[in-house]
Amino acid sequence: MGNTIEHLNKTFDSRVRLGIMSTLMVNEEINFNTLKELVGVTDGNLASHLKALEDIQYIKVKKGFIGRKTNTNYMITKAGEKAFKIHVDALEKMIRGMN
Amino acid sequence: MDVQSRNLAELRHIKNMMERSSRFISLSGFSGISAGICALIGAWLAVQSIAVYVHEKTITADQLVAKLVLIAGSIFIAALICAFIFTYIRTRKQGIPMWSATTYRMLANLSIPLIAGGFFVLRLIVLKEYQLVAPACLIFYGLALTSVAKYTLGEIRYLGYFELLLGIVNLWIPGYSIIFWSIGFGVLHIIYGYIMWWKYERA
Repeated sequence: MGNTIEHLNKTFDSRVRLGIMSTLMVNEEINFNTLKELVGVTDGNLASHLKALEDIQYIKVKKGFIGRKTNTNYMITKAGEKAFKIHVDALEKMIRGMN
Repeated sequence: MDVQSRNLAELRHIKNMMERSSRFISLSGFSGISAGICALIGAWLAVQSIAVYVHEKTITADQLVAKLVLIAGSIFIAALICAFIFTYIRTRKQGIPMWSATTYRMLANLSIPLIAGGFFVLRLIVLKEYQLVAPACLIFYGLALTSVAKYTLGEIRYLGYFELLLGIVNLWIPGYSIIFWSIGFGVLHIIYGYIMWWKYERA
């Protein structure tokens, strides 16, 4: 089982990051406010987790405008998708393995 | 919490977030039940009007058609309002926003076949092809439901299949349109709504 635990990604220890990645897996792109509603955290908290995920290139940011208001959209990257899948697989394996 | 239950909780969280962000899951069973009741009331009003036309001959055929269109339009609006209210209440309870990307996606996918069907039915009425009106309503509605199933509770697909089946059978048994229509829009909605309530909302 030791190997499986190593596959668990430390980045996803946080519920907020796990939530962000889960929603981005099933949506092409999501804007900041929708993400905030879904994850249910404050602006600052969400922004810092998004920044962390962006820094390790698990997600990418697309800034645009709706009228004069800025509209920031987030998308998952290939690397992010891969890392997330490995993490979920590891979780599943650990659950099955222990039963 | 031990590792096992923590991992399970994580997986549930992932699944929950995926569902919440991609499907509109607050569609209330009561929305279905109320829409079904509206449809049955509408069907009863229609039968009354048809009876007046057949037995008393106090209205012309064109007046009857106008009256039936008016009844259909009113119950459609009434059903929409009821469906909206119950679903709105449910979103409050679940703490999910009523208007989000998932809501728009669901409504867009529902409206495309319905609007196309609306024009088709309108043209059928103008051409006086009355026997095709109920089958067309059922078929287009069935298509709308099967197409929306990806964006809300998936079970709605089965309601769609039954509507399609009824519509297709009705094409070959044209004299019984009101019965097919009442089963499709009345009875099936009530059964579907009840099952959804039983499955997801019964606290």
